[in-house]
Amino acid sequence: MADTVKLVVLGLVALLAAIAANRARDFPFQLHMLMFMVAAGGLFLATLRRTGEPRPAPARAEYMDGPVRAGVIATALWGVVGFLVGVWIAAQLAWPGLNFHWAEGYLNFGRLRQLHTSAVIFAFGGNALIATSLYVVQRTSAARLWGGNAAWFVFWGYNFFIVLAATGYVLGVTQSKEYAEPEWYVDLWLTIVWVTYLAVFMGTIIHRRERHIYVANWFYLAFIVTIAMLHLVNNAALPVSVFGSKSVIVWPGVQDAMIQWWYGHNAVGFFLTAGFLGMMYYFIPKQVERPVYSYKLSIIHFWALIFLYIWAGPHHLHYTALPDWAATLGMVFSVMLWMPSWGGMINGLMTLSGAWDKIRTDPIVRMMVVSVGFYGMSTFEGPMMSIRAVNALSHYTDWTIGHVHSGALGWNGMITFGALYFLVPRLWRRERLYSLALVSWHFWLATIGIVLYAAAMWVTGIMEGLMWREVDAQGYLVNAFADTVAAKHPMYVVRALGGLLYLSGACIMCWNLWKTVTATGARRPAPAAVPAE
Amino acid sequence: MPAWWLWTFYATIAFALVYVVLYPAWPMVTRATGGVLGWSTRADVAAEIARFEAANEPMFARLLATDPAAVAADEDLHRFAVAAGAAIFRAQCSQCHGAGAAGVQASGFPNLLDDEWLWGGTTDAIVTTVTHGIRNETDPDARYSQMPAFGEELDAEEIEDLVAQVRALSHQSHDAARAAAGAALFETNCAACHGAAGEGSRDLGAPVLANAIWLYGGSEAAIRQTITFSRWGVMPAFGARLREAEIRAVALYVHQLGGGE
Repeated sequence: MADTVKLVVLGLVALLAAIAANRARDFPFQLHMLMFMVAAGGLFLATLRRTGEPRPAPARAEYMDGPVRAGVIATALWGVVGFLVGVWIAAQLAWPGLNFHWAEGYLNFGRLRQLHTSAVIFAFGGNALIATSLYVVQRTSAARLWGGNAAWFVFWGYNFFIVLAATGYVLGVTQSKEYAEPEWYVDLWLTIVWVTYLAVFMGTIIHRRERHIYVANWFYLAFIVTIAMLHLVNNAALPVSVFGSKSVIVWPGVQDAMIQWWYGHNAVGFFLTAGFLGMMYYFIPKQVERPVYSYKLSIIHFWALIFLYIWAGPHHLHYTALPDWAATLGMVFSVMLWMPSWGGMINGLMTLSGAWDKIRTDPIVRMMVVSVGFYGMSTFEGPMMSIRAVNALSHYTDWTIGHVHSGALGWNGMITFGALYFLVPRLWRRERLYSLALVSWHFWLATIGIVLYAAAMWVTGIMEGLMWREVDAQGYLVNAFADTVAAKHPMYVVRALGGLLYLSGACIMCWNLWKTVTATGARRPAPAAVPAE
Repeated sequence: MPAWWLWTFYATIAFALVYVVLYPAWPMVTRATGGVLGWSTRADVAAEIARFEAANEPMFARLLATDPAAVAADEDLHRFAVAAGAAIFRAQCSQCHGAGAAGVQASGFPNLLDDEWLWGGTTDAIVTTVTHGIRNETDPDARYSQMPAFGEELDAEEIEDLVAQVRALSHQSHDAARAAAGAALFETNCAACHGAAGEGSRDLGAPVLANAIWLYGGSEAAIRQTITFSRWGVMPAFGARLREAEIRAVALYVHQLGGGE
């Protein structure tokens, strides 16, 4: 029966995709519909071949780690891809000649920038969040993932979304909303995947065998639910044609800007902060083998964080067409957000109380500590930059880019690396990591890379902010825009170098993880679904 | 839970409460609260603009009252005008003519540092160019001229002959036989605007062909492109964007860059 339903659905999807591809009004849409057709058609055939065959009964007493393993691999690979594109576009900014004429319209900066941001945030970060959340929710609920193969659908569906988005960017499909570039049909697909993800996560929590819901799950849940809401509201659009990629956003003018940055800021808040805090709250206590410093603090800062974050978006629109009152509210909510954000940092760092010596002996702990340090730094910098007078200097400058990257490379990147080093030996049942020395190398390359990157961007950001506003005694601007671009060149080279170091560290990590799986022998006993760990 | 954490959190909340009383914050039925300070971003920038305008007003009045050609004699006024003109140039002109006013060679954006002028290099001529622009569709008084696309009238061989002749006029390497054939073609097709010896015409904005300065490039390929398809360089009219005094200031700035007449 289940097979019949599956066959009907897959057949229908393949058929509809074929019709859409045939009637497509533009090439990217046609390509994407063909991809849908091939994926659904392939699954249709695979399902058909297996119909009626006996299946092994699902191992209900075991955790479902297949999708987590796949997610770990995807995280590492997308990470390298995202960092590589980042290094490349950093080099394009430093040496514009790298925007090759023959690749114009495909591989120039304007096309690759979205590819970079989406690859690191949604492909690297998203896979890390999905994989770790599915791992953590099972362990802390003492329950196997709910929904059978739905978790596999989440993994493959999400990565299919990433491939659709990435190919779309290179071919010029974008609705020109930062971090929400994919067009309407890709958004619809992500909605289906995301609702399934929510169902798997919630289902597992509902069927938990541990009475208490551990705080990491609260953070993960806030991330999943809020991203769903943001995604739906910000992407409300009317397709020009159901057979074409282009759509028109329903929100007009400044309301569109407001909703876009309500989305954009909370993508940072709930994707890159809340979700990753969930990661932090599980993996730091596990790696240092100490309980969370203050569980009470974790609950209080969780509620404060999710209540305050959602209002802070308008600080992206200071000194624009947005009314002053809205900008004021965005600013004060951002300032109030400072301590709720720092609650996570305090809890992360203080969990090491009595185990600080591990920073010396365990490079994974070192990575996690630096990660939390950068988290604290960027969550102080953020509220500061939201203050109107500071924003008057920092807005539109590279300072913003430096801020984002000290958060992304420092906090999100490092905690993810720490989690991957924690997970791989456990998921593949290996006794230990292949080489702790390589982890140390990764740590130093990444840390020095971040410092170079962030310092270069702070310097250029403040410099160009000051150059833009510099006026002479008569009130006339002193610098032409091109002067500020020329002045930034040395720091752009440093930035590209920092990115290159960070990328090298990630490549070393991939090698280390690969060797961990293939070259270390001893196995742990298979984990049982009880008790909670 | 550390006490300093809680107290700092309370302090930021207290800051927020004070701030929303002082500044525009709460949306009401018809409009938002204006805040006790009565501050707004738009009023803030308007006040700053007004402050500089008030300070600059006497100088602008003097600039308007003085004949542009005579400004150079008034040292204070000239210094003011050049400083103002430089700032206007950076904001309005540098996108095409470059931050250093060197133009973009061979792309049709003229170099303003040399003494070669398409439409005249006196302050008055520059004021006219800036005010009305060139070949635009917004200002009926824009400077206007049009070179025909000779690809529609001459065959490929004839165009090659003309290319050689143009290169001969500018003393570049060329095929002498072709240039000889091209000389007659030049006489009938080009000399009316560019002059018999390629000396150009400022009335028509026709470039001098007999020197080493090129608007769109002096290579054979570039000249062939120009003759076959013609060119259509456009400059916007700034008469509606800038005030009269500002236009004079920017003209004086360009005039003193090196090539003013």
